[in-house]
Amino acid sequence: MTSHAPKESWNSRLGIILAVAGSAVGLGNFLRFPGQAAQYGGGAFMIAYFVALIIIGLPICWAEWAIGRKGGQAGFNSSPGILGFVTGQKRFRYLGVIGVVIPVVIYMYYVYIEAWCLGYAVNFARGSMNFEAVKDASAFWQGFIGIAENGSALGFGWTRVGGFLVIVFTLNFFLIYRGLSKGIELFCKYAMPTLLVLAVIILIRVLTLGAPVAEHPENSVYNGLGFMWNPNKAVLHELVADEAGGSEKWIPLADGEMVGPRMIKAAEERAAADPKLELRILTMWSQLANPQLWLAAAGQIFFSLSVGFGVIITYSSYLKKKDDVVLSGLAATSTNEFCEVTLGGLTTLPAGYAFLGVAGVAGMGTFGLGFNVLPMVFSEMPGGQFFGFAFFFLLFLAAVTSSLSMLQPGIAFLEEALNINRKQSVAFLGFLTAAGCAFVVYFSADVKALDTIDFWVTNLLMVVLATVQIIVFGWVIGIDRGFEIAHRGAAIRIPSIFKFIMKWLSPAFLIIIFGAWVYNGVLGFSFTGGERSYSAYIKDLFIEPNAVAWYSVGLIALTTGLIVLLTACGNFEKTSSKESSK
Amino acid sequence: MTLGGWIIMLVSTLSVSTLFSWCIWKVLTTEGEEEKMHGFEIDTPDKK
Repeated sequence: MTSHAPKESWNSRLGIILAVAGSAVGLGNFLRFPGQAAQYGGGAFMIAYFVALIIIGLPICWAEWAIGRKGGQAGFNSSPGILGFVTGQKRFRYLGVIGVVIPVVIYMYYVYIEAWCLGYAVNFARGSMNFEAVKDASAFWQGFIGIAENGSALGFGWTRVGGFLVIVFTLNFFLIYRGLSKGIELFCKYAMPTLLVLAVIILIRVLTLGAPVAEHPENSVYNGLGFMWNPNKAVLHELVADEAGGSEKWIPLADGEMVGPRMIKAAEERAAADPKLELRILTMWSQLANPQLWLAAAGQIFFSLSVGFGVIITYSSYLKKKDDVVLSGLAATSTNEFCEVTLGGLTTLPAGYAFLGVAGVAGMGTFGLGFNVLPMVFSEMPGGQFFGFAFFFLLFLAAVTSSLSMLQPGIAFLEEALNINRKQSVAFLGFLTAAGCAFVVYFSADVKALDTIDFWVTNLLMVVLATVQIIVFGWVIGIDRGFEIAHRGAAIRIPSIFKFIMKWLSPAFLIIIFGAWVYNGVLGFSFTGGERSYSAYIKDLFIEPNAVAWYSVGLIALTTGLIVLLTACGNFEKTSSKESSK
Repeated sequence: MTLGGWIIMLVSTLSVSTLFSWCIWKVLTTEGEEEKMHGFEIDTPDKK
């Protein structure tokens, strides 16, 4: 540990707020959130989403800010060092390892996606993104990222990802090398306002689209907003034979959601003419009874706010003793929510719907919506070259501010554990993440490596770390003491009700979420009592073993092993133990 | 878009937009906020 070196710090409160908000604002706000909201009930999803924000989002956020600043006062900036210090127990260092593994491993694939965004922005600016159909946009994307076979992503040129990857990788490490305030903070102070301005410009463009396809007047922004936000859903169901039981059952059609009186009337006529079709109304309450909706909402809060990620705890460790954390945490959270709910929620899905209708956007995942549907939409839109460039440049800025935050925990950890300087830590982390990134890029077929790593890190490790952090805050430190730490220098007070929430509800909610994920996502049990069905990720490992899936899990395990080893050998003893009890 | 959709959309977007605006206003108007102008030189502990 460079104990005699001057401690890095943020230069302003707004700087760290923008940096934390920049960490949180990413592709998830503009692509994942709208897709999840529409898939899980629109308005019903939003109720679960806001409940999750209150019960886990804000509490973990405040806990992380407070714990991080407390650890930073003793000179610790890494998650293992901070958790070991604030609890006064060495074993918590090893739980803190998760706070280094998550950002480092996610960076290995996130920088790859970041390169897609830059590549798309550049290609829109060049005017070379003109597609006649979604399948053309899909074909471009598949060629761009090498989805057809392993090794095919390793190409250079305007329509290949290689050159863009080198640029974004270098940019990230250049900014990280420049230091906390003159690298991350400076970039975020320009990037975040630019991102917001671009998003507002695109929002205005989308909301003024009307019904852009004359042959399909039902495909309008108005109905697109209904598809996104309506709490009750009218969905066309089809009667199909249940192969397992020999009976028949009603299942919703993939593009069966009807929005607006014209579509509903047409669906009713279809159902009247065909006994195997039925239009059913799914009420908001029936959708809220679906545990999968709550899992999705809680998951979105995790991805979105970067809580349980290991980033906030490191960022806040660079604060001074009397710097506010309560208002700063709330401000960073609200910035993310504004980008997600207002800008993301009103833009991407309604735009896709206006051009392609339900069939074009229903069930599209994050990548499908972002890199297949939207490029097609911008191709069709008047002024699409500019708006396409603006949108993907916005995503690129959002991705850079996020990826920078993924590097700082690793930098802080290496400098602390190995007592090395910035040049050495940048070189070490650069080599480690470059090796991991090369693995992800090489195994590009069906984005298998990326997908597998993302699944296990975000669903397993993030929930575990968040649970550890909230238990440390509410139980190990103690909720009263935790509140006292959080309120030092605070510009506003945390409402007292959050004592109960942070001590009882948040840990309970997290444990239930984790249990539900294991029950459904790992063990394959259905919440509705149906047949047991393993997810593709479990099948890839245990049912029909896939080598790339196993390599990907191995990469996570290797990285974890390395960081555990460095933690065991590292120097985390520089502060007297009595400090922890102050 | 149904009435319920309008209500949920407006409540959701207006509430987060209001909270965001209030937070930024509060941060910018709270006393004790100091900010130094940045140069473009590198600022890591290495050189100090």
